[in-house]
Formats: sequence, C-alpha cells, structure tokens
Amino acid sequence: MDYLDYVQMTTGQKIAYKFKSFFTGIPVAIKKFFLAIGMLIKKFFNFIGNGFKGYGSRFVKGDIGTKLSYIVMGAGNMFHKQIGKGLCFLAAQCAYIYFMISFGMNYFQKIYSTDVEVEPGVIVNGAIGKVPVHKTTNMFGIEEIDNLDTLDDSNRILLFFVMTVIVSVVFFVLYIANTKSAYASGEEIKNGKKPIGFIDELKTYLDERFHVTLLTVPIVLLFLFTILPILFTIFMAFTNYDEKHQPPGNMYWWTGVTNFQDVFYSDPMKSATFGKILVWTLVWAVFATFTNYIFGMILALLINKKEIKFKSFWRTMFVVTAAVPQFVTLLLMRLMLDDKGAFNNMIIALGGSSIPFLTDCTCARITVIIVNMWVGVPYTMLITSGLLMNIPEDLYESARIDGANAFQQFTKITFPYIFFVTTPYLITTFVGNINNFNVIYFLTGGGPSPAEYYQAGQTDLLVTWLYKLTVVSSDFNLAAVIGIIVFIICATGSLITFNMSKAAKNEEEFS
Amino acid sequence: MTNTDSKAMQSGYASKKKAVNTLVYIILTVMVLIWIFPIVYLVMQSFRGEPGISTSYLIPKQWTFDNYIRLFVETDPKTGAVLPMDEMRFPYLRWILNTLLVAVLSCVISTLIILMVSYALSRLRFKSRKMLLNMGLILGMFPGFMSMAAVYAIMEIFGLKQQLIALVIVYSAGAGLGYQVAKGFFDTIPRSLDEAAKIDGATRNQIFWVIILPLSKPIIVYTALTTFIGPWTDYIFVSYFMKDNKDNWTVALGLWNMLGNQTMADWFTVFCAGAVLIAIPITILFVIMQRFYVAGVTGGAVKG
Repeated sequence: MDYLDYVQMTTGQKIAYKFKSFFTGIPVAIKKFFLAIGMLIKKFFNFIGNGFKGYGSRFVKGDIGTKLSYIVMGAGNMFHKQIGKGLCFLAAQCAYIYFMISFGMNYFQKIYSTDVEVEPGVIVNGAIGKVPVHKTTNMFGIEEIDNLDTLDDSNRILLFFVMTVIVSVVFFVLYIANTKSAYASGEEIKNGKKPIGFIDELKTYLDERFHVTLLTVPIVLLFLFTILPILFTIFMAFTNYDEKHQPPGNMYWWTGVTNFQDVFYSDPMKSATFGKILVWTLVWAVFATFTNYIFGMILALLINKKEIKFKSFWRTMFVVTAAVPQFVTLLLMRLMLDDKGAFNNMIIALGGSSIPFLTDCTCARITVIIVNMWVGVPYTMLITSGLLMNIPEDLYESARIDGANAFQQFTKITFPYIFFVTTPYLITTFVGNINNFNVIYFLTGGGPSPAEYYQAGQTDLLVTWLYKLTVVSSDFNLAAVIGIIVFIICATGSLITFNMSKAAKNEEEFS
Repeated sequence: MTNTDSKAMQSGYASKKKAVNTLVYIILTVMVLIWIFPIVYLVMQSFRGEPGISTSYLIPKQWTFDNYIRLFVETDPKTGAVLPMDEMRFPYLRWILNTLLVAVLSCVISTLIILMVSYALSRLRFKSRKMLLNMGLILGMFPGFMSMAAVYAIMEIFGLKQQLIALVIVYSAGAGLGYQVAKGFFDTIPRSLDEAAKIDGATRNQIFWVIILPLSKPIIVYTALTTFIGPWTDYIFVSYFMKDNKDNWTVALGLWNMLGNQTMADWFTVFCAGAVLIAIPITILFVIMQRFYVAGVTGGAVKG
C-alpha cells in the first residue's frame, strides 16, 4: 500500500491497518530472527573453515622458522630476529604446558569418572570427581589402601574444569596468533623489509592496537567473574547438585536433562509450580510495563502542559520518591500494607474492615502491580518529559494553523513521536520487569505461599524463585535451569523486537 | 462578528482554559500527595516516641530523637552501660563504614573499566568490535544473580569467603557490561576531533586521555554516581555472600535484618531513622544525575 492510500484512510481504518500490519509482521519477524541465527551459525563455520585453510597454507608457504613455530611457539619470531616477541610466545607455551601437567589434566580426567562409589553401596557412572578406590597399586607395584575419608569436591572439579577449558581456548588463540605472526614476519623478510622491533611493536598498543590495551583487563575480569560462573551454572543444570548432594562431604554427578524434564513435566509439583510462576511472570511483566508507561506518560503530559507553572517543582517531588532506595520504601510499604499495618489501622479507625493486601492471592497480585506503579511511574515521567521537551514546537504550530485540537495534536504528533523514540525503552522495561526482583521480594516475599508450590509463592516471579532456590533450599541445579529459561525468554523477546525496531540500524548515525 | 461577541467568546475560552488548568493542578497535587505519603510516613515514624510497629495516625504524639541515637549508641539493658560496637545488636555505624568502603572501591574500579570499554567500543574500529558488542548484549540477558552460587564458590577458593573485598570484586568485575550509556555519550562526540588530533601526530592513547576524557565530565560523573549508589542499595548479593557474618554486613542487609520477626516491634522506628539517614545522601546524588539518566536510557535521543 502506498503512503497516499494510507493518508486518505479514516482514523479507524488507520488503527485497524496498524493492528493488522503489527500482527502480520510477527511471523516475518520470527522468520527473520531464525534466518539471522542461521546466518550467524553459517558465519561461525565459515570463520572456522577459513581459519583452518589459513593455518594449513601458512605452514606450506612459510619458511623453516615459521614451520618450527607450529611446534615451538615463538620459534618463527626468534628466527626472524624478533627475540622479545618470540620469548613471550615461548614463555606462554611453557606456562601452559606446566599448567596442564600440574593442574589442568587432572580435571579433564575427573570430570566424568566411571564406577564411583558415591555413597556406601551406590555406584555411579559420570560422577564429578573420584572417590579414592579401595585398593590401588602404587608405582612399585605394591597394593595399598587409600584414605577413604577424602572425597573429591565436585564443586572444585567442575569449576577448575571450566577454568582449564577457558585457559585452553585462550592458549589456542595465542597459538594461532603465534603462527600468523611468524608467517607475517617471514613474508616481510622475504620482501626485503625488516620486521618490526619489540619496542616499536609495544608502542602500537598505545595507538593502532589501543583497543587491546583498553579491553584486556575488563575482558579478563569478565571471563573470571561473569563468563566462568555462567558456564559453571549452565553445567550445574545438568547435574544433581541439590540439597542432598552438597560438597564437601557429598558428591554430585551428571544426570543429563532430568532437571529440565522435572521442571517441564515429569515432577508434578515442580512442573505445576513452574507453569503457574511462568504465567504470572508474563502477566506481571505486561501489566507492570504498560501501567507504568501509560500513567508515566499522562503524568509527564500534565506537568509539561504549557500553562502549568512550577514544572521543576512537580518533577522534583516525583523524582525524590524514585530516589529513595527501593529496599527502604518497599519494606516500609510491606509493613504499612500488613494485615495489622498502618493502612488497615487507618481503615479500621475510619470504620471499614481490613483488606488482606498481601495475604490473598488476587489482592496481593493487584497490590504489587499498584505499588510497582508507585515505584516506576516517576522514571517513565522523567524520560517522557525529556522527550516531550524535544519535540519541535513548529510541528504543533502548523498543526494549530491547520485547525487541529489538543486531542488530535496528541494522537497525531505527541504519541507517535514518543512511541517511536521509546520503543527500545519499552523493550528494556519489559525485560527488566521479568527480572524485577525488588518489588516482589521486598513487598510480598513471594507470598502468599500455599503448600502446592515448590519453594515459592503466588506472587513469585521466575527470578525470585531462582533466588529462593539458591539461598533458601540450595537446589542449585533447579536454580540453574530456571536461570537458563529466563535467559531464553529475555533473549528471544529482545532479539525479535530488536530486529523489528529500526533503532538497531542507526548506531553509526552519530559518527 | 461584533467586537463584544469576540470578547465574550474570548473570555469563555479563557475561563474554560482556566477550569482545565485548575483541574490539572488538583490532579497533580493529589498525585504528589499519594507519591510523597510513604516518604512523609517514613520521616514521621523516625521521630515517633511511642513503641510498636504501626499506629492509626500519621503524626507522632511524642516527638523524639532517640531512634537516631539508638542507631549509634546501644546500652546494656541490665547495667545501662554503653556497649562497644562489637557487641551491639545492630552496629549501624559499622554497616555504614563497610558500605562506604565497598562503594568507594567499586566506584573507582567500575568507572575506570566502564570508561575504557565504552571508549574502545565507541570510537575505535577493530575487527572483533561487532562480536564484542553482541557478546555484551547476550551476557547482559542472563539474570544478574543466576550464577551467584558459582561466584560464591570461586570466592571460597580464592579465600575471600564472606569478605568485603569479594563484594567489591562482584560489583566491579561485571562493570564491563555496563558500557551502553557511556558509549552512547562517546558516540555523540564529533569524530573530527580525533581526526584533527591524529593529523597532529597524537596517538590514540593521547587522544583518550587529553581530548576525550576532559570532554566527558558529565558522563564520568554519571558513571561514578551510579556505581557508587549500587552497593548502597544492593541486597541480593550481600545477603547471599555475607550470610551470618554480621561484621561485614552492609546497610541494606543490616536494615533488612532489623525488621526480622523477633526484633521488628522493638526496632521499627529505629529502622525508619536509619533509612532516613541513608536516603538523604542518595536522594541528593540521584537528583543530581537524573538528567544523565534520561539521556542514557533513551540512547542519546535527548541532549541533556
């Protein structure tokens, strides 16, 4: 349809058209999403394929030094008179070999141990760690009995295993860099140039390769304290690391996808809890996002109405409430909304009967949504206020000259503008609300908690359930499963919308 | 149309407008009252002399400063002697000092990390840039505390179990993922500045320190404030990391514990006093940085 046809439609038709195109757009967006994933996978394999091709051809074309560097790292560089760089590579290789022999190999062997007696009489295949076998032969061929008290700590073994894998990947990247560097310096010598000296090369890390200098420390920290724990947690989801299998003292072992099966269907209590919490999480996220958005926008419009005075006073009053730490205001609200709290006291003093704000399922759910408005509306107001001031005034002027009334100005100018600019914000708030820990945990603690819920209550979200599973009941494997599911929900949601919105394409606009 | 007609119409229009504005004022006033009520309630309770959790009235009948004094001084119920901080049931001052230490350290480290990462991702062009951006996006989608148990295990191995330094590491090691706002800011600084400096022979290192950072004061302030406020308001990690090690509690965890079932009735008004003391500085900091906040979440659509 042409733009001209669209403009000639009545408002009703336009809205219908928008709705239609939104819903017909969804399958296309999903298709695009999967295509994008497919492209990514293809790119990844291409990358690896090209890597292998380059690896082979460099070996064939390179001189003897380059060929040597395929076994002894840094040899090529030293051969090409880049002593400093070569020594660095060699040191890295020695360090890695020492690390693997004294530390890493151990965990590759122990990560999947067969025939382990985890408890007296219970033999398990795939345990993480070994219980010392009753009888072993030592290096002189004499049988001896091991100390049976020391169990391997599954936690450490899994963790060190992941650590060893990461170190190995890093080493592999270094190794490839070594072969590339050897080949490059060899080519330069072939072409009659002198390869770059060590000091000059170090200097490039302040200029052409400044990004390496800036990013190394942050990325190392991310690997140690974000990526390593996340991988560790993902592995946990495939073990039976729960309350009964806590190292040290007990081992845990690989159980495949049992935990996922439990959560989805096989364990009646867990799967029922999961289903209910998932539905409530989504309902909550939709309500929490849109109530905040709509009321925040109305508030911003009221404050920014041209004739209203003391704009910054009104704004500050609301901002102040958002600024007080949430754990303070929310804990206070919990006490105020208690069955014997301030609100009920006041209601009774006024002659009413008390309301079970937080102790009845429906009431509690409505309460958390309303209190969340109290928490979130000032934020939306702040953001939409900023945007409102940004709309060019001449748009309104020409609209007024054309005879548009206030309502038309809102629907034709203000709303489309704000909606367009805040779409990314809406997505992040939606994802943020799926992960909204504070409001639920401080206000209701997840309650009311009937007995048919597994370690959860009727207002619990997936993330607060995750928290309780970790902190209260130590069901680390289940918590890991929930974490993965939350990740998948958030990732699909934001990637689909990210593909739909144009904002993603405009990244380079400013530069 | 005669002159009087138009005047009458104008006055009718004006009075209608006036009515609308009055209505808006009334709505705004009511909303402000609703929003400000819990805050007023908090302040009032902190000055309340009567014991107990809740009253059916807002303004205390007995005004007192005792709640604020009890935060810092606790006397032995039998002898009446002032207890040293180690024996206090709720050593508020200790929590403040702990939080201050954690907040200052993680503020400095995180600000540095965020500035470095966002500068590199915004203004330098290199091969793995797109990949790093995507990686940041993906890692950011994992629930923040999903791997809490794993981080705890790592800290245990490093011998940092229940140590304050573990909190500093947790709050600042992940800072690399919080580059979006600062990156949005760096994106808006004109490229020509870099190019001019490059022609004059400056290295990228010099450009970063001498040209870009001095221009970025607002975003440095914003980053420092957010990373400083974080530890004051975080409950999740502290509660799992410190557990029962009372000496290393931060304000958030300590105040939360004041409202335990056993102590709630006796300590509620003290909790309010403690909350007011924390809320004042944080509110001031937040009001300072609100305009940067807006610029941040709308991706630089607003020039602050």
